[in-house]
Amino acid sequence: MSAPDAAQPNPQDPATREGGRFVFRARVFSPEDLRRAHTRIAHEIVERNHGAEQLVLVGLYTRGVAIARRLGEVIAGFEGLEVAVGSLDVAFYRDDIGLRPVQPLGTTEVPVDVGGRTVVLVDDVLFTGRTVRAALDALTELGRPRAVQLAVLVDRGHRELPIRADFVGKNLPTKRAEDVRVRLAEVDGTEDGIELWGPADPAGEEEA
Amino acid sequence: MPESLLVRGGRVVDATGERAADVLIEAGVVVAVEPGLHGDETLDAAGCVVAPGLVDLHTHLREPGHEEAETIETGARAAARGGFTAVVAMPNTEPAQDDPAVVAAVLAAGARSTCDVRAAGCITRGRRGTDLAPMGELHALGVRVFTDDGACVESAAMMRRALEYAGSLPGAVVAQHAEDAALCEGGHMHEGEWSSRLGIPGRPAVAEVSVVARDCLLAELTGTPVHFLHVSTEGAIALIRDAKQRGLPVTAEAAPHHFTLTDAECASFDPMFKVHPPLRSAADVAAVKIGLADGTIDAIATDHAPHAPETKERPFEEAPPGMLGLETALGLTLTELVEPGVVSLSDALALLSWRPAAVAGLVDHGGPVAPGRPAHLVVFDPAATWTVDPARLASKARNTPYPGRTLTGRVRHTLRAGEPVVIDGEAQR
Amino acid sequence: MMRHLLSIDDLERSDLDELLDLGESFLAVTRRDIPKVPALRGKTVVSLFYEDSTRTRLSFETAAKRLSADTMAFSVSGSSVAKGESLRDTVQTIEAMGVDAVVVRHPSAGAPHRVATWIDAAVVNAGDGRHEHPTQALLDALTLRRHRGIGLDGARVAIIGDARHSRVARSTAKAFAALGAEVTLVGPPTLLPESLIGWPVATTGDFDELLPSLDVVYLLRIQHERQDATLFPSLREYTTRYGLTVERAARLKPDTLIMHPGPMNRGVEIAAELAEGPGSVITEQVANGVAVRMAVLYQLLGTGAPVA
Repeated sequence: MSAPDAAQPNPQDPATREGGRFVFRARVFSPEDLRRAHTRIAHEIVERNHGAEQLVLVGLYTRGVAIARRLGEVIAGFEGLEVAVGSLDVAFYRDDIGLRPVQPLGTTEVPVDVGGRTVVLVDDVLFTGRTVRAALDALTELGRPRAVQLAVLVDRGHRELPIRADFVGKNLPTKRAEDVRVRLAEVDGTEDGIELWGPADPAGEEEA
Repeated sequence: MPESLLVRGGRVVDATGERAADVLIEAGVVVAVEPGLHGDETLDAAGCVVAPGLVDLHTHLREPGHEEAETIETGARAAARGGFTAVVAMPNTEPAQDDPAVVAAVLAAGARSTCDVRAAGCITRGRRGTDLAPMGELHALGVRVFTDDGACVESAAMMRRALEYAGSLPGAVVAQHAEDAALCEGGHMHEGEWSSRLGIPGRPAVAEVSVVARDCLLAELTGTPVHFLHVSTEGAIALIRDAKQRGLPVTAEAAPHHFTLTDAECASFDPMFKVHPPLRSAADVAAVKIGLADGTIDAIATDHAPHAPETKERPFEEAPPGMLGLETALGLTLTELVEPGVVSLSDALALLSWRPAAVAGLVDHGGPVAPGRPAHLVVFDPAATWTVDPARLASKARNTPYPGRTLTGRVRHTLRAGEPVVIDGEAQR
Repeated sequence: MMRHLLSIDDLERSDLDELLDLGESFLAVTRRDIPKVPALRGKTVVSLFYEDSTRTRLSFETAAKRLSADTMAFSVSGSSVAKGESLRDTVQTIEAMGVDAVVVRHPSAGAPHRVATWIDAAVVNAGDGRHEHPTQALLDALTLRRHRGIGLDGARVAIIGDARHSRVARSTAKAFAALGAEVTLVGPPTLLPESLIGWPVATTGDFDELLPSLDVVYLLRIQHERQDATLFPSLREYTTRYGLTVERAARLKPDTLIMHPGPMNRGVEIAAELAEGPGSVITEQVANGVAVRMAVLYQLLGTGAPVA
């Protein structure tokens, strides 16, 4: 999962997991599973919105940007039109600035005016919901979309804000201390996949 | 006061040499110096050096005018705690000591204090460098040291006239604060590597050296003794060494901070390290030590310069120059000069006591510790270490640049004319 | 982690790169329709200026506002010193109001360093006497980097003018050199530092000789008010020997950048037509100033560095 979504000053929390050792627990998605998930989400997006003309896919740094591009390519493949794809850096909108170092991850670039369009925010893992909250704020300053939807590859639960995804690749029940790691060839230089990792010392791990 | 007071078990060190001896004092005068004496009361000097009281040629007592920083009483107490039995009070008071009434008032307050306070007189009225102060009237009150300290006598003609005039006053010495004001204008620290790094306008060494060169020539011309206050530069010390070899009537003093600290201290921007003349380069510090060791410099003088705390809470360039010195001078001398072997213990005492007494014509001070002499004595433990704590200084001010520094050599007792004004390090009044 | 920004000396190369990267991010923010982010909501930044500098103060206040911080201005005329309040009393009073950062401009070198020893809030040096002006150096570095790429390796920079009395020269020369540029100070010896120890620069009195090799010409403002100090005979003579005239500019490489910290004396250190000419990046410097000051404030207040 994306590191920023896990940030809390809580020793139980994966945000502080750099201190502890994490071990591999299970492979959740194969490269093929991931491809199918992309295809399915792309179709659901187009179906829900009755086409792709007024869509903008906006990926959240870092892996959400790559996923948004992939979804754009899939949609272009079956709809025969270019979907606008942008990227959003939410660092300066986070609510944990001052609690830990928050550095920008990339440049916000949305190639079209979002005003009047439907924006689909894209991220890899939905966890506490705080990144999406920051993304909604960041988006507001770019304009007034007609609607905002959310697409994620994995929803792992443990929400701390009233936020839900419109398009989900897989609902994956997890323990709070666990970590969901999405691998994308163009970002990580490895084979595509989704893995579940957990602390080497599981003592004190809360149940989901 | 008891009939007799015995300083027992110490090692007596004075200009005549050193020996293990007790010192018996009656009515403020030394009556016997030999082992195995008895007295009505006793001060323990075991393990200590018993020496003529220290003499400071350069003390700012701030009264009248800046009693918020120091008074004659508090400054004299600080002097006593530092082992000094006589201080020369610099005349840059407000009003300045350019007038017999002001000098008389300082002397009167000094007489009530715990130290022999000798007033220096101004060379020029108001230290403005334009008209001679009434040097003869001041001389009649006992003034022997004339100086505009804090200000340099800028004009060569004025300096010449002052020296000529002082030539008619027996024992008078004209003491120069050698810093050319035009070269120092706007400057706050030594000009060099650190001023350039820190962007603090500098006071170049040549400002001191050029005035020393000129005044050596004027001493030669007039034959009147010139004393150079707080010399701090390699160049000035070399000129004074040459002048002495040529037999010119010049003397010089150096301040403890000029053999202890360098201009690198200013990198903290802490105005505790601001002083005029400024802290110099490491090469200058080395030259000061050589000058002290080879006799070029006659005296260690504190340039004790108290300032009220808030004035040192300004930025460096806005804070007044000066630092405390009376209570740390002996410790710094022993730590920085005697321990490393730059000078011997008896040479250190010469620099702190009998040579400055001679410069200022203080015949009662500077020893020797011998029957018939006034009992102005310091008793100090040359091996005891202590840590400078600004809060524990007797001075009213707190502007020491040495907080937390551990020094070797601590005053145990100070006797002014037989009166123990400091016992076991504590001021008695 | 950075607690204060007092001197360029306090920054490692990696700190400089990080601040400039962040500056780029904020430059993107400042170019949006709504050039504001909520990053420092709830933080208070006070500007404490003991010296008039509308440009620098506005730049800092704009930076703070674009980060959604609250701002306060504490303007001090020379007379408050006369009123007897020490700098320490003033800053402790301000801190008691609850501030997170104090931006200090002072005519005396090291004043911000002293302030930093007295209070817990982060202190930013906005120019101290002749000592340093680190945010000017950062905006200069950002400007140069945006034209030259991340490293300034081998870039040949001449800083012309009164480097001895210039906080800008001291900070900018150190920042440029730390990023890999070769810096030469140019001027008559009365305007060059008394000692070059600690200055990562070469010096020369001959501007003309350097012209064809320079990648950057950085002109310092000539202080008219210091004319009585007779550091050089006249403005006319200064311009003749060290001004960037049209004739001198013709001998520069076509892509040489012209920089100036402002405010300019047109016709003295720089010919009027060159100030707006193709090589001039002077207005970019101003825009970049807001972005790097956002970066500095964000880095000091937004990183979660423990405040002691």
